[in-house]
Amino acid sequence: MTRMFGEPMIRREDPRLLRGEGRYLDDLGSNALAAAFVRSPHAHARVLDIDVSDALDVDGLVAIYAYDDLLGRVAEALPLLIPHPSITHPKTPYCLANGEVNHVGEAIVMVVATDRYVAEDVCDRIRVDYEPLPAVVGVAAARAAAQLVHDDVPGNLAAHLVQEVGDAPAAIAAAPHVLELDLDVERSASMPMEGRGVYARWDSDDRSLRVYTSTQTSTSVRMALAAKLDVPVDRVEVIAPDVGGGFGVKIVHPWPEEVLVPWAAMALGREVKWTEDRREHFVSSAHERGQLHHVRVGFDDDGCLLGLDVTFWHDNGAYLPYGAVVPIITSTQLLGPYKPGAYRVEYSSLYTNTVIVTPYRGAGRPQGCFVMERTIDAIADRLSLDRAVVRERNFIQPSDMPYDHQLQFQDGRPLIYDSGDYPAMLEKLRKLVDWDDFAAYREAAVAEGRRVGIGLACYVEGTGVGPYEGAHVRVETNGTVVVSTGLTTQGQGHQTAFAQIAADELGVPVADVVVTTGDTRRFAYAVGTFASRAAVMSGNAIALAARGVRDKALRIAAEALEVDERDLEIVEGVVQVKGSPDARIPLATVAVLSNPLRYAFDEQAKQATQFARSADIDRPPVAEDDEPGLEFTDYYSPSRSTFANGMHAAIVETDPDTAEITVLRYCVVHDCGTLVNPMIVEGQIHGGVAQGVGGALLERMVYDENGQLLNASFMDFLMPYATEVPVVETDHMETPSPLNPLGIKGAGEAGVIPGMAVLAAAIEDAEGFRITRMPISPSELFGLRERFAAGEIPAVGGADESSAVGQVPRPRSAR
Amino acid sequence: MSEELHDVSVVVNGLPRTARVPARRLLSDFLRHDVGLTGTHVGCEHGVCGACTVLVDSRPVRSCLLFAVGVDGAAITTIEGCTLPDGELGAVQQAFMECHGLQCGFCTPGFVTTITAFLDEQPDPSAEEAREAIAGNLCRCTGYQNIVAAVLRAAQIQREITGQAVAER
Ligand code: FES
Ligand code: FES
Repeated sequence: MTRMFGEPMIRREDPRLLRGEGRYLDDLGSNALAAAFVRSPHAHARVLDIDVSDALDVDGLVAIYAYDDLLGRVAEALPLLIPHPSITHPKTPYCLANGEVNHVGEAIVMVVATDRYVAEDVCDRIRVDYEPLPAVVGVAAARAAAQLVHDDVPGNLAAHLVQEVGDAPAAIAAAPHVLELDLDVERSASMPMEGRGVYARWDSDDRSLRVYTSTQTSTSVRMALAAKLDVPVDRVEVIAPDVGGGFGVKIVHPWPEEVLVPWAAMALGREVKWTEDRREHFVSSAHERGQLHHVRVGFDDDGCLLGLDVTFWHDNGAYLPYGAVVPIITSTQLLGPYKPGAYRVEYSSLYTNTVIVTPYRGAGRPQGCFVMERTIDAIADRLSLDRAVVRERNFIQPSDMPYDHQLQFQDGRPLIYDSGDYPAMLEKLRKLVDWDDFAAYREAAVAEGRRVGIGLACYVEGTGVGPYEGAHVRVETNGTVVVSTGLTTQGQGHQTAFAQIAADELGVPVADVVVTTGDTRRFAYAVGTFASRAAVMSGNAIALAARGVRDKALRIAAEALEVDERDLEIVEGVVQVKGSPDARIPLATVAVLSNPLRYAFDEQAKQATQFARSADIDRPPVAEDDEPGLEFTDYYSPSRSTFANGMHAAIVETDPDTAEITVLRYCVVHDCGTLVNPMIVEGQIHGGVAQGVGGALLERMVYDENGQLLNASFMDFLMPYATEVPVVETDHMETPSPLNPLGIKGAGEAGVIPGMAVLAAAIEDAEGFRITRMPISPSELFGLRERFAAGEIPAVGGADESSAVGQVPRPRSAR
Repeated sequence: MSEELHDVSVVVNGLPRTARVPARRLLSDFLRHDVGLTGTHVGCEHGVCGACTVLVDSRPVRSCLLFAVGVDGAAITTIEGCTLPDGELGAVQQAFMECHGLQCGFCTPGFVTTITAFLDEQPDPSAEEAREAIAGNLCRCTGYQNIVAAVLRAAQIQREITGQAVAER
């Protein structure tokens, strides 16, 4: 039987989705009432009065709720999801504003009506009186703290952390070379094509609640709702239906709407649904990426790092349910594949009157990678060394693995890299992008009056964070293998990849395997899908559970066939004696036999009745340590994360006149351990790269000084279309993780991480002056050229082989 | 206050459909909630993402930018109508599956309808034309590379089908 693990198998979820038979949140509940929200138009204000009198005669209005109408724990602030010790002043939002709003878009009133049109009519007729307060927008204002977001949070400081290995300031002071850099990244957002949404049904007879929500963690939403709504956990079911992308924003929970919609469904005894519209998604879900960094680095004549001291400031928005995790990740993951020498990192996470932060694909790593890679490029520039060579000299070597950074990672566990071969990967990348021949390419381009540049960037990504995932595998009496795992799916092809794993472990055709994810009715214990953890965590849990089923199947089959179970194998869903496949019993029959019956409800069931079985009459039909049914549940809980890595290189062309930036080539080499389905992994890389390119060249949240988001639509917030995304050339390495049975490392976020770093490097190489802020637009590049021409910013001119020291006249400012 | 309702009669995927809706009912909502064909997705409701693209009298349009009353009498094709008469996946759908042109699948219906209309006009596109043809639709998952491949593959499948049809004649 061919092994399915590792095959680029076509996805089994596709036919359904391609026929338009997907079931996304808004496709459900066609008879539900619709919710809509009155949201704050002010970034910071006191709510003085809410007047609904004009709204009451709208036909179809069912209910209006403001904060004062909320009862019990629904009226309490929402939970602090990541209670990290670095958090000094936790502030979380209420479901509806409790007297004060802290960002444009914060929900103040919920309206329930017969349909969304009517609900919005009602919202339009509700008048809210505000007393506007000064808004704190951006890191600089938050840091200056002339105004406060929350009266009782001094300095707008939400969290603060210092981690140190060795004495970095001393190492830098003693170093032969020292550089300082300021590196800034602006806000962007996950921006899945489907926004958030919640649909709830309360069964008043059964006193149970079923909630569908477009989430990355249905199990945790269930726990949160049971607590908030005071319903026993076993009366709450939460299901993630088809989810139209997540990328981090849907890991936050419970959202105010996620609590309010079920609460209203219970209060009204009616089905209620809320589907977020795009503007709501911009102003009331979550953003990420906004961080300012200051770097001091000391290094020797060879470019080897001696000390690295990074201070940075993170903009976590108005509240802190989840955002603090982003700087935690930046602070550890910026080290990438390098040995930093002595290391000190300090960050401050600050409140601003803007939308909250949630990890967005990459989750602080793109910023970290940008900081580290810009630093390495600056070192190469200072020493006139090839940028690839400086990287190589600082790499952690394969012989150093496992490599302990002596820092604490985001999961509270030590930051220890498990495996990886960085020098080999760099070699592959240099070949793939023709790094060493770039000088000639540039020369030819310059001769044509074109301006081109090349850059590269490396990252290491901690994937598969704990605490655990589990899986349940059951063989039905018709031979179908039912696999359930609790984490959720937002397009990662779990129906296929997980089936491949189960099929191989069990010896059945993939076609016989059915996978369910994100449905608490099927599997109640889980964490969620984020941090590139699904394949690592649930993949391994499924393998372990399938092995349990396999063992049981062999035991039962051995008894039935009266052979030694060690002589048995399972091939194509049939248990047979190795070498003499005539002695065989289908798994379906084993499943029948696994459940001793009294009643023969059909022909097949007769085989399992007490009268059919030639069982040992002195033994109980179900042994003491056994259970009926051919099924098994198991969990995978690693002691620490596994570290994937990758390197990207890009060649860009910048228009000498318009400063338009075109990505000519984009090369990726990545290593996420063993691949379950290379086609799916490659798809993840493509999607990540597109987001990386978008983040580098297009995407930013533009707030004015009053905290108004000026580009809250797809017309103004630019995401890449097909014409803005380069063709991605990929090469793979497979260094298995020694930490888990399947050797998998995560792949979901990889593609996005080095996007800003690599494109900044390539643009810098094309232009000859330093790029320190991302994203960069043509007009910003144009502005930099003017400043460069005026002598306001210094030149950089590397000495890579690719830059062919001193031979090619470096392109300079346009005029 | 109650709203005035209007009869809208259209042919959707070959079947006549009628509903009484307010004048402001968007075509996207009409298809999804009145006709019950939820394959047409809404990603922005302001005409930028293309997820809601359907064919109205064979031309691709953004159903979130049209009122249902405005297309009274039209013939509409949605993603549900892009399958072959025997229910098998149509060429574009088949190509998306083969080329891994979808991940979460939310944008996919808009791409499939857009590409269907494009291939009617240009049955043998270059890679560049294929990329240009999908450049009005947003996808946040795939990075488009495999969608471009799917356009080319769909054209090939269609040519194979036409070739077969010619050969059988
Ligand atoms: S929903 Fe119509 S274009 Fe986005
Ligand atoms: S496949 Fe998810 S948005 Fe395109």
